[in-house]
Amino acid sequence: MSTGVIKTISGTGVPIVGNDIDTDRIIPARFLKEITFEKMGNYLFFDVRFDASGAANPHPLNDEKFKGASIAFVNKNFGCGSSREHAPQAIMRYGIQAIVGESFAEIFAGNCARIGVPVVTASAEIVEAIQARLDAEPRTPVTVNLETKELLVGSDRFPITLPDSRQKSFLNGSWNVLNLLKLNADKISEKDRTLSY
Amino acid sequence: MAKNTLYNKVWDLHKVATLPTGQDQIFIGLHLVHEVTTPQAFAAIRERKSKVGFPNRTFATEDHIIPTESQSHPYADAQAEQMAQALYKNVDEYGIRFFDTKSNKQGIVHVIGPELGLTRPGMTIACGDSHTSTHGAFGSLAFGIGTTEVGLVLETQTLPLSPMKVRRINVTGKLAKGVYAKDVVLKIINVLGVEGGIGFAYEFGGDVFDAMTMDERMTVCNMSIEGGARIGYVNPDQTTFDYINGREFAPKGDDFDKAVLYWKSIASGPDAEYDDVVTIDGSAIEPMVTWGVTPGQSVGVTQNLPQIETLSDSQRQTAKDAYTYMKLQPGAPIHGTKVDVVFIGSCTNSRLSDMREAAKFLQGKKINSAVKAIVVPGSQQVKKAAEAEGLDVIFRAAGAEWREAGCSMCLAMNPDRLIGDQVCASTSNRNFMGRQGSSTGRTLLMSPAMAAVAAIQGCVTDVREWV
Repeated sequence: MSTGVIKTISGTGVPIVGNDIDTDRIIPARFLKEITFEKMGNYLFFDVRFDASGAANPHPLNDEKFKGASIAFVNKNFGCGSSREHAPQAIMRYGIQAIVGESFAEIFAGNCARIGVPVVTASAEIVEAIQARLDAEPRTPVTVNLETKELLVGSDRFPITLPDSRQKSFLNGSWNVLNLLKLNADKISEKDRTLSY
Repeated sequence: MAKNTLYNKVWDLHKVATLPTGQDQIFIGLHLVHEVTTPQAFAAIRERKSKVGFPNRTFATEDHIIPTESQSHPYADAQAEQMAQALYKNVDEYGIRFFDTKSNKQGIVHVIGPELGLTRPGMTIACGDSHTSTHGAFGSLAFGIGTTEVGLVLETQTLPLSPMKVRRINVTGKLAKGVYAKDVVLKIINVLGVEGGIGFAYEFGGDVFDAMTMDERMTVCNMSIEGGARIGYVNPDQTTFDYINGREFAPKGDDFDKAVLYWKSIASGPDAEYDDVVTIDGSAIEPMVTWGVTPGQSVGVTQNLPQIETLSDSQRQTAKDAYTYMKLQPGAPIHGTKVDVVFIGSCTNSRLSDMREAAKFLQGKKINSAVKAIVVPGSQQVKKAAEAEGLDVIFRAAGAEWREAGCSMCLAMNPDRLIGDQVCASTSNRNFMGRQGSSTGRTLLMSPAMAAVAAIQGCVTDVREWV
């Protein structure tokens, strides 16, 4: 798990193709009965990756050629559904350190940010082109640069977007926000006293 | 950006500070806790040797994993038992008010908050559950959060947030007989898309919402998140105030009158400005049924399933995958689709009015012999009230099972789940692949009335023919 400043993430990429990939698919609810996040990485996309007998289905995360990938490329509305942080925890603990997608469900994106996994968006054309390229050339080096808001794939550069506040929080290490919130303890107490309820 | 809406007013009233990142630090007036998304948050507080900052602003219950055949301990599932015990220990150690099964007030967190009068207008409400949007029915800003954020709220009672845009959704006219709040929200999601609400809070209004009961408003706000909107709300009005008046945690006497003044003051005024406005003709809405694996993949009950080529480019692959998973054919009618299981319950549709509506159609009837039907009240109080009216007798006589309160087969974290590729007519909120506990299980979302007639007929049936 990262702590502190996150400026760039470099490695290889894995395409996880499809719109509306929901949190139940990312991690089925039965695995949420564990009271720690420790083993969540083992359950990532479990029911898509394995059939009822435990045999592996065709899935990018079962594909040797994407082994060791640390940046996932996804499409629209990724992470829709539940607020379960188990989904980003599973992704992070599996070894994914950043996600590039066309769009993300809001709670999911927030949960990723809280645990230091940047999610950034790029246009459909860019994401789809990179997904196709990674499929053909899976060892292509990829870098997500949060400072310049750029994606480097091989020697090609692409623009990415993320909210300024999130960019700042990664660049100065304040994504781990608890201490920042606690600085305003007096103002919090005052709000507690003065609210009408 | 929107101006002078309820969203803006409640936001401003709860703003503590602007953070160096540019985000606002927002005070959370009410924090609700359940067993599944909180053990790691409490463990982290324990590890930091810290404490819960404002324990009187947090309330807990147990809902997701609780068995509905019997709530007695130990649970047959050892993991569920361990998770329940972790919650009991946490609420005890940190002094958090807990509605356990012995309180007669246990239930789905989004059912009991309103029922107990904890949920009120003008509040900020957070809970480690995406369906927290339900509480927006009262004119509060209510939203789901992850476990790290649960920890932030427990410790600081605040969250770092950026303001959303506000989309006003007017539903005009009058709903036809046999058309319910569930159909309204499925229609809204169908029109605006499952990602249409990303970045938005949805403000619901218009004639249809003005006429709705609080239970109905809750059904719609509950599923805001299925349309991508983390927050959905309805401006508070006399219906809201009447619902709250007299409930256990509601202000009493003069305090109630004072509270009503506050509640009126935070409603969106005539000077409200929105980032977007959408109008939907409520009188044209049919009973809706989902056929796919997202809550946006739905049709009116008299419609045929869409042909792939009629869909937009970005919807096509999801639809193809959905047809394969659901074993349904493009162009086929949804009417007559066979169902194996009927689930009436969940934070969307497990309130007394939902139980009554389902019972109305099941009274004196038998469910189809090929169908297993379970009816799961949303809370112990709903169960008691339903039994006082004899609804349990109606359900049992029809051949349905009447259960204890909990989330049950909405997400199948307890023993209630589909087997193999069973098709379930479900009043819950998600038809995702595997959602109801079998990795090949199939879900058709619909209203409690539609689910009740599906149970009788053994297939999807237009409830309007029965009213």
